Amino acid sequence: MEYVINTVLLALLAVTAGAIVHLRNLFAAVMLVGIYSLLTAALFVILDAVDVAFTEAAVGAGISTILMLAALALTGREQTAATGPSAVGLAVVLATGAALVWGTLDMPHFGDPNAPAHVHVAPRYLEGTLTEIGIPNAVTSVLASYRGYDTLGEVFVIFTAGIGALALLGGRRES
Amino acid sequence: MDAFLGYYNYWIVIALMMTGLYTVAASGNLVKKIIGLNIFQTSVFLFFISVGKVSGGTAPILAEGWTRYSNPLPHVLILTAIVVGVATTAVGLALIVRVNRAYATIEDDEIRRSDLPDSS
Repeated sequence: MEYVINTVLLALLAVTAGAIVHLRNLFAAVMLVGIYSLLTAALFVILDAVDVAFTEAAVGAGISTILMLAALALTGREQTAATGPSAVGLAVVLATGAALVWGTLDMPHFGDPNAPAHVHVAPRYLEGTLTEIGIPNAVTSVLASYRGYDTLGEVFVIFTAGIGALALLGGRRES
Repeated sequence: MDAFLGYYNYWIVIALMMTGLYTVAASGNLVKKIIGLNIFQTSVFLFFISVGKVSGGTAPILAEGWTRYSNPLPHVLILTAIVVGVATTAVGLALIVRVNRAYATIEDDEIRRSDLPDSS
């Protein structure tokens, strides 16, 4: 019973993703992507990832959607050809999916407290966060202190992406 | 039933990933391809967060009365990934706007067609 909401939200996500693929109106598709992101954020709350949830709601559902709407305003709203059935694409996707499903069979069950991922480094962070960093939120202390270099790298990536986007868009408009 | 629920999250994640991958492969519209990439990316986020969940645990914010917390490490990795994902989406969309300026279309086949006289 613990995971009823989780199960329902995941099913809704799958339905939304299917609808996005079939829609030919790009404006509607982008709106559905916003809904999709918001559903994901709700799911993150259920899965105890509250920090991730509000980042996804702000950045994924907010900024992403605005960027896509801006791109649509500069290009066009309608997709002229429907997403046609592609035999090669379908074969590749089905093969990848089958391999991944086969791979999950070896994985520890969802929520298993004795899974290898939970017994190695995570307890160390949870024990140390109050005494070493002084912040009760383990996510914050890992992000800003234990793995601070990762976050620094993230800033470099965003900076590079910003320069890249500006260089692409800022050039003189060819007539 | 237990075994099914134990894998349900992973399988839905794989279904989402397949949907995204198929959109990237089959759709001729460039914005649609970016949307497909976004769906693919979100499925990976969901996978990591699902792996980090501990049954009966709570959010990894230390509080009295709780001894079991979900794994904070995947949360941190995915926080970084979400922001980087939006940065790459922005660059992809900027490229599309540039393509649209040069070809006046964002459909794959039309772009290829207008390139043909030059290459032959």
